[in-house]
Amino acid sequence: MTEQKENPLTGPERLKAYEDNWQTDMGAWFPGERVVLRGKDVFTELNEYSWMEYIVYAITGKSNPKLATIIEGLSLLSTSYPDPRLWNNRIAALAGTARSTGALALSAGIAASEASIYGLRPIKGALDFLYRASDKKKDGTSIEAIVKEELRINRCISGYGRPLVNADERIAPALHFLKSIEADRGEFLKLAFEIEDFLKSTRYKYRMNIAALNAATVADIGMTPDEYYYTSTLAFIGGILPCHLDTQSKPEGMFYPLPVGRIKSTSTSERIWVN
Amino acid sequence: MTDRNENTKEQITTKIWREEAEPDNPFAAAASYCAGYNVYGDLLGKIGLIEYLWLLFKLDPPSKEQARMLEGLAVALANPGPRDHSVRGAMNAGVGGSTRASALIAAIAVGAGNLGGSREVYTAMQYWQQCGTELDSWISLIQNPPKEERCDVWPEMEHTPGFDPNGASCPTPVKQTLDHLSAIAQSKELVWLQAQRETLEQHAQAPLAFSGVAAATLFALGFEPEQAEILFLMLRLPGAAVHALEQEKMGWSRYPFFGDGLTLTNDPGPVTSND
Repeated sequence: MTEQKENPLTGPERLKAYEDNWQTDMGAWFPGERVVLRGKDVFTELNEYSWMEYIVYAITGKSNPKLATIIEGLSLLSTSYPDPRLWNNRIAALAGTARSTGALALSAGIAASEASIYGLRPIKGALDFLYRASDKKKDGTSIEAIVKEELRINRCISGYGRPLVNADERIAPALHFLKSIEADRGEFLKLAFEIEDFLKSTRYKYRMNIAALNAATVADIGMTPDEYYYTSTLAFIGGILPCHLDTQSKPEGMFYPLPVGRIKSTSTSERIWVN
Repeated sequence: MTDRNENTKEQITTKIWREEAEPDNPFAAAASYCAGYNVYGDLLGKIGLIEYLWLLFKLDPPSKEQARMLEGLAVALANPGPRDHSVRGAMNAGVGGSTRASALIAAIAVGAGNLGGSREVYTAMQYWQQCGTELDSWISLIQNPPKEERCDVWPEMEHTPGFDPNGASCPTPVKQTLDHLSAIAQSKELVWLQAQRETLEQHAQAPLAFSGVAAATLFALGFEPEQAEILFLMLRLPGAAVHALEQEKMGWSRYPFFGDGLTLTNDPGPVTSND
């Protein structure tokens, strides 16, 4: 929007102004010489960052080793399950049994992690909900009213409830980890538990899932939903890759083969095509 | 190694497909039926590709006019040309010698978006569902586009869906496509769009785009927004495929790199060595 105010050009004139003209403060490669990311020389100023610190800096523009530690730790405990039955992992496993490549398996697995019942939508949605809930609570709205309004509009609450099982086995180890790095005392984490306490008492019986806990943790550090979304796009690869490797290393086509009888057809009865 | 009772095994439920097993192999189909039609025993040799595509989505045969409309749209969309974002994505895979699958993945990923992509078609279909051929409803929606209260993984629309925010007047091929598709069956929606195009463009402050014609056509043909989103992705892949293959053969040195086209606005400059 800033650019629009500064540049009154529209349509083809605006496109013409951008032709062969990409002005950026994000980064660039100077061939044979150096690389810059967000104003810092990669070889001399960012060379001692961990890989996740570098990712966090690329996304947020800020150096934040503690945030990088939190994201790494929570990604390991929350979203790196090496179980090929989980839907995104299963895509990579199928790619392995069908003898596709590792990068294609990983790409498809990450892309599918942008799901609704798990993955990136609840992850981003949980942070968005906690920020909105916090604002409403500050305005004097009760937890009960906040939750009921959210349920009325969206019929679910990102970060609460879970497919397959209700309780989330990741909460305890994640809290243990957060305590070890003194990241378990924030106001948003308290709010997340307050919401769970209320939901447990309702007919929904929803429990907090790891998405709410993780979102509350990064909210206490001040991450935006977009920043959190982008750092989370990588969070699943620890589970996706082993599932691909597992099926790749076993006889081809042997990952959950399905005989014809496993199709339950509700199709119309047989008919003949007439041109 | 579970040997479950046949009745308790999990199944894939589908209205689209039915199979009969080969006598010597339950994992191979002797006959496959699509919406009741024997694919290899009846359809093959009788049905055209567009008719089969329609059958897969709709589970009933198209009328001659419906098939001609979908075929016309498929021809119009098949190759957006090498300047299109999605095709450029595919060509970048080609010139680097990437896997051919990655070329199509690139075309799908880039061509999925809100600007000229399949998400724009999806949103434009929602406009059609809401407004139909009521001009006042369209004007009201264009002036007051829906705002999501919750954040999503998709960015918000930055322009009226179906219109090109960087355009000047409506491009000739867009008008030719709309004229052709309207003439086939005089469908109410397309005839209305022809008549109201300039009025809508004035309110959208942008010319009609291919995404808008695609949405109108697929709405007129009775497709759901989700079906339209995925059909638009599929129908544009042929161009991405052939341009990627062509550039793969020619190589990176004959493909734009924009070597002088990038300006780093916060370049810290070369690091002075203390060695």
